[in-house]
Amino acid sequence: MYSHKQEKAPIYEALLKHKSMRVVPFDVPGHKQGRGNPELREFLGEKCLSVDVNAMKPLDNLGHPVSVIKEAEELAADAFGAHHAFFMVNGTTSAVQAMIMSVCKQGDKIIMPRNVHKSAINALIICGAIPVYVNPGVNKKLGIPLGMSTEEVKRAIERNPEAKAIFINNPTYYGVCSDLKMITQLAHQNNMLVLVDEAHGTHFYFGEDMPVSAMAAGADMAAVSMHKTGGSLSQSSFLLIGKRLSIGHVRQIINLTQTTSGSYLLLSSLDISRRNLALDGKNIFAKATALAEYGREEINKIGGYYAFSTELINGDSVFDFDRTKLSVHTREIGLAGVEVYDILRDDYDIQIEFGDIGNILAIISVGDRALALERLVSSLAEIKRRYMKDKTGMLDYEYINPQVVIPPQQAFYSEQHSVSIKASAGYTSGEFVMAYPPGIPILAPGERITEEIIDYIAYSKEKGSFLTGTEDMSIENIRIVEE
Amino acid sequence: MELWYTEQHTDNVRFSIKVDKHLYTGQSEFQRIDVFKSKEFGTFFTLDGLMMVTEKDEFIYHDMIVHVPMATNPKIKNVLVIGAGDGGTVRELTRYDSIENIDMVEIDKLVVDVCREHLPQTACKLDDPRVQLYFEDGLKFVRSKENTYDLIIVDSTDPFGPGEGLFTKEFYGNCFKALKDDGILVNQHESPYYEGYAKSMQRAHKRIREFFPVCRVYQAHIPTYPSGHWLFGFASKKYDPLIDVDELAWNSLGLQTKYYNTEIHKGCFALPNYVRDLLNGAED
Repeated sequence: MYSHKQEKAPIYEALLKHKSMRVVPFDVPGHKQGRGNPELREFLGEKCLSVDVNAMKPLDNLGHPVSVIKEAEELAADAFGAHHAFFMVNGTTSAVQAMIMSVCKQGDKIIMPRNVHKSAINALIICGAIPVYVNPGVNKKLGIPLGMSTEEVKRAIERNPEAKAIFINNPTYYGVCSDLKMITQLAHQNNMLVLVDEAHGTHFYFGEDMPVSAMAAGADMAAVSMHKTGGSLSQSSFLLIGKRLSIGHVRQIINLTQTTSGSYLLLSSLDISRRNLALDGKNIFAKATALAEYGREEINKIGGYYAFSTELINGDSVFDFDRTKLSVHTREIGLAGVEVYDILRDDYDIQIEFGDIGNILAIISVGDRALALERLVSSLAEIKRRYMKDKTGMLDYEYINPQVVIPPQQAFYSEQHSVSIKASAGYTSGEFVMAYPPGIPILAPGERITEEIIDYIAYSKEKGSFLTGTEDMSIENIRIVEE
Repeated sequence: MELWYTEQHTDNVRFSIKVDKHLYTGQSEFQRIDVFKSKEFGTFFTLDGLMMVTEKDEFIYHDMIVHVPMATNPKIKNVLVIGAGDGGTVRELTRYDSIENIDMVEIDKLVVDVCREHLPQTACKLDDPRVQLYFEDGLKFVRSKENTYDLIIVDSTDPFGPGEGLFTKEFYGNCFKALKDDGILVNQHESPYYEGYAKSMQRAHKRIREFFPVCRVYQAHIPTYPSGHWLFGFASKKYDPLIDVDELAWNSLGLQTKYYNTEIHKGCFALPNYVRDLLNGAED
């Protein structure tokens, strides 16, 4: 499937060579291969610190790659089936922002589902683009937001023919995929570009029987969190682009905010992980899928829990489902997802990805083991035995249709003052409120605060969600726009 | 030529046995298995290089893990054994005619196969008609059992590698559920002496204590295990091994044992002060 050239890892190989040459460092970083910080060297290891180096001739320069980074980018593009791949070291957040800022200017419209990651709305604050939200629809039983329905997208396009782009999650945090091919076709017919947040979709490019990836569907840009399921170090990511975009322009946008001291630890981790997935991804993700399927089966045997999967597929707002996601609905045992999340962490030493009002999510990826999965399943069985209670009184919704009063940038930069959240109904929010993870805003700047939202925030807080976003660290007060 | 088996008991302490012959080495799905022949300890086998069983001192471990609970409740009929691939625990259990069923759950079939071939001294009773062998993860096996067993014996490796699931809160909780109302849980409880093992011991003790009203620890002296000072956990929903031990009943069975007797039974729960302090102070 892949040519022999995927066996190469140019950045990694250049670092090995650099190490073997025992170059005397009179440049940054000042720890000088760890000698200046023995405690850190002891903790992270001499090997690690010796390749924490700065850009230099034989190692290329991330902001202007001409040699080994360029070569590594070309290999990554080849592996992902993209026109070009950028190595990103400021998190997938920076990749998402680069996508939006590459195609939207001040006042341009962009069609997106409201359940985007906050990084997307942050990009709107920075560049001044105007969101056109498409209601993702909700699975009532599970209380999860779904994908974008093609009809809703069509309507949004008809009403906003001047929009520059459509932004899509592929998949959502819960594993839900939209009809990417159809939406891409629609977008292109209407001269719009398609930007895809594939933070949770790295494996779509390498596994078999996976939902379609953005590049394969013909989308124009994709932000791929290699570190989430692909095995690279936290904060490392790829930005993929198709032929409709200019490589040079996108690089200029990336360089607006990207560090000029790109970490070679992150870069080499991307390079090595790309090689690993290109050569062995099929096996790796077959194993991850099998583990997730097994976990689902066993969790569903316990009763009470519902580990959902492809049966949700409805041809539209759930066009496909990512089976490596182990998403479990917990409400039927009388516990909020976030409560199960906390018990797993505090009592059973098990850290899962997130718990929301009604669900938990365990990520199964390149590094998982069957024995550990047995622990998760057994702990869930125990939590049910020990904590199950009546579910009456539990909140059963998740998606609140936002009332956008003013665009995010205008709201963010307007005159604001702080009021108690409890007394904020009717005002326009000047900031975000979100539960983290998943980091999907409950409120975004410029949106009307309603009683329903206030109740939801209070309930999330009571159940133990980790709320973030407001200036007030205790999330008691919120800054509102002065009108 | 001199050939020595060496186990690293801590980063700074080693234990070695002179080896006559390396009888077997193999890698299973879970671990590396080796069998050696030695003058001092006879045949012994190791998992990932860690000592499991020697012909010479296995009687101590197997006596203590089986006869203490059996003397506490002689009416035990249905037993679950987890781990114990060498067969020694099952061998001791089969000496009780009153036991009707023994489910033995070992994750690694290769361990059983290798022990059958090289360690018949311990593996000799695995074909007893009362014994059912299951080759799967003990944590998984016990998950679906409820109110089933009179006794669960956890004869596991250390809490890293394939045995890690058998030292967890979810495992002990599932065992509690799998036991009848007068059920007993006995487990291999690591050692108090070296810090690494002592931490495992404390964690295990703390977790068992959360579920079982009766929770005691007893000791034995096992020359080939790190520090030689080894502990077992005794947890139960009802029986206290010191109050409920039925000495007459057990002695009337006339079982010949090399280590265990009912005086040891009463004495083995007496622990050194530093061990008591470790157990009392057991937190995560």
